[in-house]
Amino acid sequence: MIHLNKTRRVGRRDLAQVVEIDARITGLRKPGYWAGILRRYGGNSPGRFFLVCVEKRQVQGYVVGEVRDWEFGSPPSGWVFGIGVRPESRLRGTGTRLLEEICAAFRRRRVAKVRTLLARDNALVLAFFRSQGMTAAPFIALERDL
Amino acid sequence: MKLQKNTQLALCGVLEFASEPERQFSTAEIAAKYGASPHHLAKVLGKLRRAGLVSAARGAGGGYRFCGNAKRVTLLEVIALFETIGAKAPRAPRRDLERAVDQVLAEIDQTARATFGSITLETMLKLALRSARRSS
Repeated sequence: MIHLNKTRRVGRRDLAQVVEIDARITGLRKPGYWAGILRRYGGNSPGRFFLVCVEKRQVQGYVVGEVRDWEFGSPPSGWVFGIGVRPESRLRGTGTRLLEEICAAFRRRRVAKVRTLLARDNALVLAFFRSQGMTAAPFIALERDL
Repeated sequence: MKLQKNTQLALCGVLEFASEPERQFSTAEIAAKYGASPHHLAKVLGKLRRAGLVSAARGAGGGYRFCGNAKRVTLLEVIALFETIGAKAPRAPRRDLERAVDQVLAEIDQTARATFGSITLETMLKLALRSARRSS
């Protein structure tokens, strides 16, 4: 696949476009949330990554994750908790490229697994992660009413 | 969990077809590969054809070929043609313990449905390729 776009760490100027992409996907505009994510995951924080894929100065997609220590005896792993691609830019390898870049960053931090957690009914993103070779992890997500 | 024999045959058949979409497969070839009777397989393929996943060509050199979108069709869509995962119990549970057991079974069914619904035929073919590479 030919990549005409570039993946790099997010900058303050990219944030409005990230908010727009997320809002188009989820239907919720969350500028405050993304400003917080930029503060914590932007810049060069060790083990934290907020990357964007840019083509012709337009952000096509983003991915956010970190190297996370795990309880219950598991070694640290890469954790992806946000990924989004402009609907009109899908099926062009943008998501694949973003995931590859963040996985490469995790490998440089010497972790051997990447994990994520998402809703069972999020078929689109579930199918994307599956297409990237991700399979069920040996964990079960649990919850209860409070 | 276990799928019915027909469903397994349909999954393997449709994956065979999707792995070489330009090629026409004969019923006998697929039947021999998966140890099924050609008559039985023909019934399965008939359902896949009516669902628009395979097309049939009659006559000498005829057979079946894939005509769906492997990037879009999920395992769940194929399975749903033959069986229902998590079919409702025939009657409502009358005791608390029955309800509790049904709740756990429903959790398992939901996870199974989400898993099958998230795996496209193309992803499954990639998975098979990786698995073949590992074992060779």
